Amino acid sequence: MEQGTTKGRATGTYRVKRGLAEMLKGGVIMDVVTAEQARIAEESGAVAVMSLERVPADIRASGGVARMADPARVEEIMEAVSIPVMAKARIGHFVEAQILQSLGADYIDESEVLTPADIAHHIDKWAFTTPFVCGARSLGEALRRIGEGAAMIRTKGEPGTGNVVEAVTHMRRMNDEIRRAASAGEDQRMALARDMQAPIELVREVAELGRLPVVNFAAGGIATPADAAMMMQLGCDGVFVGSGIFKSGDPAVRARAIVEATTFFNDPQIVAKVSRNLGEAMVGIEIDDIPPSQRMQERGW
Amino acid sequence: MTGAPAAVVGVLALQGDVREHSRMVAAAGGVAAEVRLPADLEGIDALIIPGGESTAIARLARLYGLIDPLRRRIESGLPTLGTCAGMIFLASGVTGESQPVLEVLDMVVERNAFGRQNESFECSLAVDGWEEGIHAVFIRAPLVESTGPEVEVLAEHEGRPVLVRKGNVLAAAFHPELTDDLRLHRMLIGMTGKDREG
Repeated sequence: MEQGTTKGRATGTYRVKRGLAEMLKGGVIMDVVTAEQARIAEESGAVAVMSLERVPADIRASGGVARMADPARVEEIMEAVSIPVMAKARIGHFVEAQILQSLGADYIDESEVLTPADIAHHIDKWAFTTPFVCGARSLGEALRRIGEGAAMIRTKGEPGTGNVVEAVTHMRRMNDEIRRAASAGEDQRMALARDMQAPIELVREVAELGRLPVVNFAAGGIATPADAAMMMQLGCDGVFVGSGIFKSGDPAVRARAIVEATTFFNDPQIVAKVSRNLGEAMVGIEIDDIPPSQRMQERGW
Repeated sequence: MTGAPAAVVGVLALQGDVREHSRMVAAAGGVAAEVRLPADLEGIDALIIPGGESTAIARLARLYGLIDPLRRRIESGLPTLGTCAGMIFLASGVTGESQPVLEVLDMVVERNAFGRQNESFECSLAVDGWEEGIHAVFIRAPLVESTGPEVEVLAEHEGRPVLVRKGNVLAAAFHPELTDDLRLHRMLIGMTGKDREG
């Protein structure tokens, strides 16, 4: 090629969409409601912020229909920080997603934290330039979302509880199912795909890679540095912290501690050091105390 | 060269696409070693600063005492490759920002110079001295605003430098580690003198 020339420029390709998630690995993505919170998150070392109307703990407490954030709030947050800004749309609400794309959000989270807009269909994510992240509780659910175009996956956990048990359950289940797919022969893979209701091509890809073909973060109930380090040791690529930071006694201090514990997840001395004197963690909720109809992880399929 | 020890390539692992660079190092004939603390710099023959969020990487590097040891090793000749955030980290200045940088490569860079994620793209680029161009993936990428006299520009995009070299330091605004093109990683390993394939 001749010096100084460029050929075949393409935006919104699947590689470009997955690529941004690859750059977020080993980092912490924090839920923020205001520009001020976004600045605190960035200064604390967040790799991205997630813009939403109310954090999951408040959605859980006040009830009602939870929707995409006001576009003016999303724009204020985009103005306030230089790191990527993600924003949540309701499951199946493709117009909220179109709005977020038009605002220039860097990633769209089609999220069970908000009230679903469609009980049967998730958004056709291939139709967008902006990449999507989606929640999953199992390998089959993750591969259905990837089949719809998701470029990043996170565990669902149980948002707004400050209780990590469901995120652990979902991560362990996904790891088990990936191991099963990797050890299955080609002659068993179609039956596996049928059982987990996932596209066969993606089951093959998982079997060959020994992991998901996209980045997989932990989310839903992470409240302490130790929670974050545990999820990293279980093999996730990074963590989302929703209510855990801005519902705690000292958000900036806790945010910094969770960032350091995520980088040094294999070094208990550092995790111990950053866990000292963090003030009050958010108040936790027992999963059994939440009626099944109010469990956010049951939303979507 | 069979039997010679492989080059150990440290990959700064504070945050970012460490796994992709480690995979490329292994495919190019080196051994990857993750670097998180100053002690991890001992015994490495080359260094990669990966893509990621430059603000997050710089903050952790400062907090854990990595800036001075990294600068000393690179200034004393450690072959180094930085991609995207890594390019920003190596620069002598960042337009409009005061974030700490290593200042080992005489150039000023602009962060997120192409815009937000919707403007991220891939394309083929010509590289000085290469017959075949490189497939370049730009993710919320930086651009080089200006370079010092000794900085060699190896590739440009729309008239702005995106691949530069000065002595032992190589920096790309794009991500060779998101493709299977091993040439830049081979170039880095070649600089160590432990190039088993060469």
